[in-house]
Amino acid sequence: MNRYARRRFINVLSIGLSIAAMLFGLVWLMWILFTLFKNGFGGLTLSLFTETTPAPGSKGGLSNAIIGSIQMAAVGTAIGTPIGILAGTYLAEFGQRGWLAPATRFINDIQLAAPSIVIGLFIYELYVTRTNHFSGIAGSLALALLVIPVVVRTTENMLKLVPNSMREAAYALGAPQWKMTLFITLRSAQAGVLTGILLAVARIAGETAPLLFTALNNQFYSNMNQPMANLPVVIFQFAMAPYEDWHTLAWAGSLLIGLFVLGLNVVARILVRPSSQH
Amino acid sequence: MSQPVNQNAKLVVKNLNFYYGNFHALKNINLDILEGKVTAFIGPSGCGKSTLLRTFNRMYDLYPKLRAEGEIILNGKNILNAGIDLNMLRAKVGMVFQKPTPFPMSIYDNIAFGVNLYETLPKSEMDDRVEWALQKAALWNEVKDKLKQSGLGLSGGQQQRLCIARAVSVKPEILLLDEPTSALDPISTAHVEELVHELKRDYTIAIVTHNMQQAARVSDFTAYMYLGELIEVGETDSIFTTPKQKATEDYITGKFG
Repeated sequence: MNRYARRRFINVLSIGLSIAAMLFGLVWLMWILFTLFKNGFGGLTLSLFTETTPAPGSKGGLSNAIIGSIQMAAVGTAIGTPIGILAGTYLAEFGQRGWLAPATRFINDIQLAAPSIVIGLFIYELYVTRTNHFSGIAGSLALALLVIPVVVRTTENMLKLVPNSMREAAYALGAPQWKMTLFITLRSAQAGVLTGILLAVARIAGETAPLLFTALNNQFYSNMNQPMANLPVVIFQFAMAPYEDWHTLAWAGSLLIGLFVLGLNVVARILVRPSSQH
Repeated sequence: MSQPVNQNAKLVVKNLNFYYGNFHALKNINLDILEGKVTAFIGPSGCGKSTLLRTFNRMYDLYPKLRAEGEIILNGKNILNAGIDLNMLRAKVGMVFQKPTPFPMSIYDNIAFGVNLYETLPKSEMDDRVEWALQKAALWNEVKDKLKQSGLGLSGGQQQRLCIARAVSVKPEILLLDEPTSALDPISTAHVEELVHELKRDYTIAIVTHNMQQAARVSDFTAYMYLGELIEVGETDSIFTTPKQKATEDYITGKFG
């Protein structure tokens, strides 16, 4: 009985510590969200979405930055996703033998952990110095380089979760490997792969460093071949400036990004849920 | 190890040895699988019966470090030869696994996937084929109104019959069943066993089972394996009533295993 009592005590203690740790993490998250809402909610006006970034002292919004962010995130995702899915599929399905897959996996892990400012500098050196100007394209390329490792990793992991018995069943019918991969395993891992893409989008939505050297900023609407406004850099610039109305816009922009990332994570959660049943 | 010689052997295994790396898993197996008959493989866990079954469609090829030596003759050709077309071999030798493995698609597409690998059928003929295969697997009446629903939504026993239908749909010559009922409840098991009786009219069947009563119920021939060796093979009735080997008798009567 004594031993049982001790076990109960350890059980209660562990649960208590776990809950405490969970609360500790949650407090900061709630605090951040609360601060965002407190300072940013007032700035959520219609003009925020219709007017471009203002000069100090005049009125304006963030429409050019919002559109620029959406454009670059979309192009970056469009470039990075197919490469990421293909590479992840190779790692999980085709790379069992030989050195190429382990080498790719290692390099991908490094890229996943690489500071994003390094990625920004890389594209600066590779693209910006050759075209002699900052541009939305350069920004998209930098974001694509951030998308790729996330998608590679999640695609591989999700495919690895598909039981081997599923592969054997397809092979037992005489299916060639590419059909097995395309119609059976990728299909089984669909929701997980999609989640990886969403998480990659969530990651690049708030990236500032890689855009500083590539897209830079723009006070107006621009095409992809010109310097392009984007929320993170605008927030950075406006928050550092001494003007009160710029601060308001920076908070509103931060709230927008925060809500967007939160929304993406919630959607990713919902997507994964049904697939965890089988 | 003698068998009735006047019958037609569909698959002839000669001096088969199998290795997992350095581990010698099958030791000099010689065996005929007779056409249109059900051959059951019994023996304690790890005796090599599943390994043997998985050489018949070269499933072991998926994994590195596994190799087979010897001969397995199907239609006059040694299927262990390096040059054999594995996809065509697996078209002739279908397999159903221990755990049901429906593909993540509709019931209809589960069947059509296999058929599409070999034939391009117009929609109406594909419909007929799907119905035919599901009829063969005694599943048609249960699923005919929900062919567009996911195969994952079926019960375990239904999923396993779907897998049998899928294997049958490509019209193989031999059907390999690897403990097909070990994950099923007794009623589903009875369904599958009835099915084996039906299917042997058209197919040669090899079944691995942990359940000796099942072997006695469904098979015409039984092979007893132990530690990678084929101890005894013969007509099921005589194996279960008058086994020639002491080891077989001990296993069957439950003294061991």
